[in-house]
Amino acid sequence: MRLNRREWMAGALTASLLGASGCRGGASERPLTIVGWGGSSQEAHRHAYWESFTRTTGIPLQEDSWHGGLGIIRTKVLGGDTSWDIVQVETEDLILGCEEGLFEPLEWSSLGGRESFIPTAVHDCGVGAMLWSYLIGYDGDRIGGEGPRNWADFWDRARFPGRRGMRRTPKYSLEIALMADGVPTTQVYTTLRSPTGIERAFAKLEALKPDVIWWSSISQVPDLLGSGEVAMSVTSPGRLIVANRTERRNFKVSWDGNIYAVDYWVILRNSPHKSEAQQLIRYMTRPENQMRLPQFIPTGLTNRRAQELIDPRLRLDTPSDPRNMTNALELDANFWVEYGDQLTQRFNAWLSR
Amino acid sequence: MPGSPAEPAPRRLRRGGPWWTYALTGPLLLFLLASFIGPVMMMLSRGVTNPELPEAWPQTAAALRQWEGGSPPPDSTARSLATEIDASARAGTLSRVANRLNYDVVGSRSLVYRTAAQLRQGAAVASFADLVRIDGRWQDRQIWAAMRHAATPATSFYLWAALDRRVDADGAIAPVAPAQAVFVDILLRTFTISAVVALLCALLGYPLAYFLATIPRRRANLMLILVLLPFWTSALVRTTAWVVLLQREGVVNNLLLSIGLIDAPLALIYNRLGVYIAMTHVLLPFLVLPLYGVMKGIGRDEMRAASSLGASPLRAFLRVYFPQTLPGLSAGMIIIFTLSLGYYITPAIVGGGADQMVSGSIAFYTNQSLNWGMAAALSLLLMLPLAMMVFAGRYLTRAVPA
Repeated sequence: MRLNRREWMAGALTASLLGASGCRGGASERPLTIVGWGGSSQEAHRHAYWESFTRTTGIPLQEDSWHGGLGIIRTKVLGGDTSWDIVQVETEDLILGCEEGLFEPLEWSSLGGRESFIPTAVHDCGVGAMLWSYLIGYDGDRIGGEGPRNWADFWDRARFPGRRGMRRTPKYSLEIALMADGVPTTQVYTTLRSPTGIERAFAKLEALKPDVIWWSSISQVPDLLGSGEVAMSVTSPGRLIVANRTERRNFKVSWDGNIYAVDYWVILRNSPHKSEAQQLIRYMTRPENQMRLPQFIPTGLTNRRAQELIDPRLRLDTPSDPRNMTNALELDANFWVEYGDQLTQRFNAWLSR
Repeated sequence: MPGSPAEPAPRRLRRGGPWWTYALTGPLLLFLLASFIGPVMMMLSRGVTNPELPEAWPQTAAALRQWEGGSPPPDSTARSLATEIDASARAGTLSRVANRLNYDVVGSRSLVYRTAAQLRQGAAVASFADLVRIDGRWQDRQIWAAMRHAATPATSFYLWAALDRRVDADGAIAPVAPAQAVFVDILLRTFTISAVVALLCALLGYPLAYFLATIPRRRANLMLILVLLPFWTSALVRTTAWVVLLQREGVVNNLLLSIGLIDAPLALIYNRLGVYIAMTHVLLPFLVLPLYGVMKGIGRDEMRAASSLGASPLRAFLRVYFPQTLPGLSAGMIIIFTLSLGYYITPAIVGGGADQMVSGSIAFYTNQSLNWGMAAALSLLLMLPLAMMVFAGRYLTRAVPA
């Protein structure tokens, strides 16, 4: 069969229209989609909230996972890709994304009001999903007796020989260096905002540099510790405590001087399921539901009432427990939004030397 | 590969069929244009364009383009700046211009936001001095120079920044502070790692491909599946497997220690060596496959003829066999070099601090800090040698000796 020009054009046009309408039809019919951080965190959220949400409301739910990075969300919203509805984001992403109008403002009245939550968890565009922290982790089978108690001990290789694991980012590393150098938590970000403070942090890091293994993904930490590659590491406690429960490991953590931050639920501006999304966020942040999360992953909660309801044995492992909050430093996301590019550049230059 | 010996001359004879045979590729071209070329061009153009300030503060941008710099800006510019900061803060468009200025002068972001908050509370700006009263940092020449550079539609700011240079307040191009200079280093490192990996793959892959080409077809097929096996495993799993093998108390070190070859564990990972090992393993099939294809096509008789004419085996190999494998070898090495340039997950896991590649920085600017201008500028710099390699590849693969 020979097609003439007009027939061919008509055919191509029909095909592309069919394709386009097919895509659009698919997007509005897909179920409500929630995006978490994958791994044990995603699993915990599924068991704590998502399964029972679909059971009680009949609203089907679809999951996706990501590894952070607002660029993906910006691309989706600017490019008209409406495949995600609710996403769990970090504080910097929340700040930048809200300013750019990538997120839908939340209806706080339906969430029980702003005062039901800890202050850090409250934002125009997002509500705290969980509170997590970075601290010292080590293998109790390798360091017997008294382990490291604070960041100064982390630097002390005479008492605790062996290498150290740190995240290959200036974020956390510079704060930790200043705390190890004796800067009180209240002064950490004031110090970092001055050129001399940045010098001081890098000088302190320089002292530890020959013994540092820089990890890029938190999933590397249990292996680094378990294989003896490092004697202790900067880590979030979740994976280590889960490994203790499920793999009978003997990982230990030291909470003094931990750096904590909140991850938030946000609704994307172009979500076709806004009311259902708001309904799911309401469900996940209700105290009687949120209190279930620590059963599956040792994480801090954001709803004040939920914090009171946690099983006391589980509470010991959560970052939001007052006993774990001594000298704790709240991550200053505004600092990192402003200084992130410059300090990452400098940090990478420093690593190369 | 265009022009490779696998595509013999008859193809050229088929050129010039009815016009609609070309139209059949239309949908594919349209698809490529819409889904690939268009978005890539749009992304790359961000490396040389400057839309943030002119879009958010149009009058200030016009005033700044008129202004020569040097002395403090006129009061009228200060007034229009204050008006437009306030307006864009209310309209929710302040973020992108505040971040754009912050890329140039760190601290501009909080300066702009603080000024916006003061203006909202009713602070009036009639002159430059009023602006300085709101925040003393407005006195800084740097911030005004940054604003002037951000007011033009096109910019070389990101490209210079990707070369560790910046345009200073006087308009001169100067190197950044040594502590901040990193991208030239990372770019050169990326090319070095890619070249070394391509070379290592050639050294390891050439004998392997030769071996495969000489054994009977049935056994060769089985071995080829083994070569391809790494393809079917996720890159992350393969890389993590190397961690298990190479770490301090890993399989390799324990083996060497137990047979007494070494006294203390070797540092095989979290350094450049680990990067070379893991990347060479991952990329080896890309060399073996094209080379195997070429070697299969070389007749045995030519080597026999060379020997019968008195050439030593080495001479026969170097003069007769090796030149004929060059197209396959260079194609494989170019593929590997090109793919290596984009690697960053493998170096991130098995490399140390000084082994990170430029794609890691591009990913950081794209995903984390949303500085897409910088990401685009680094991508542009990465594409230049890439384009050169592609052209070199066309030439090399065509250069088949008679």
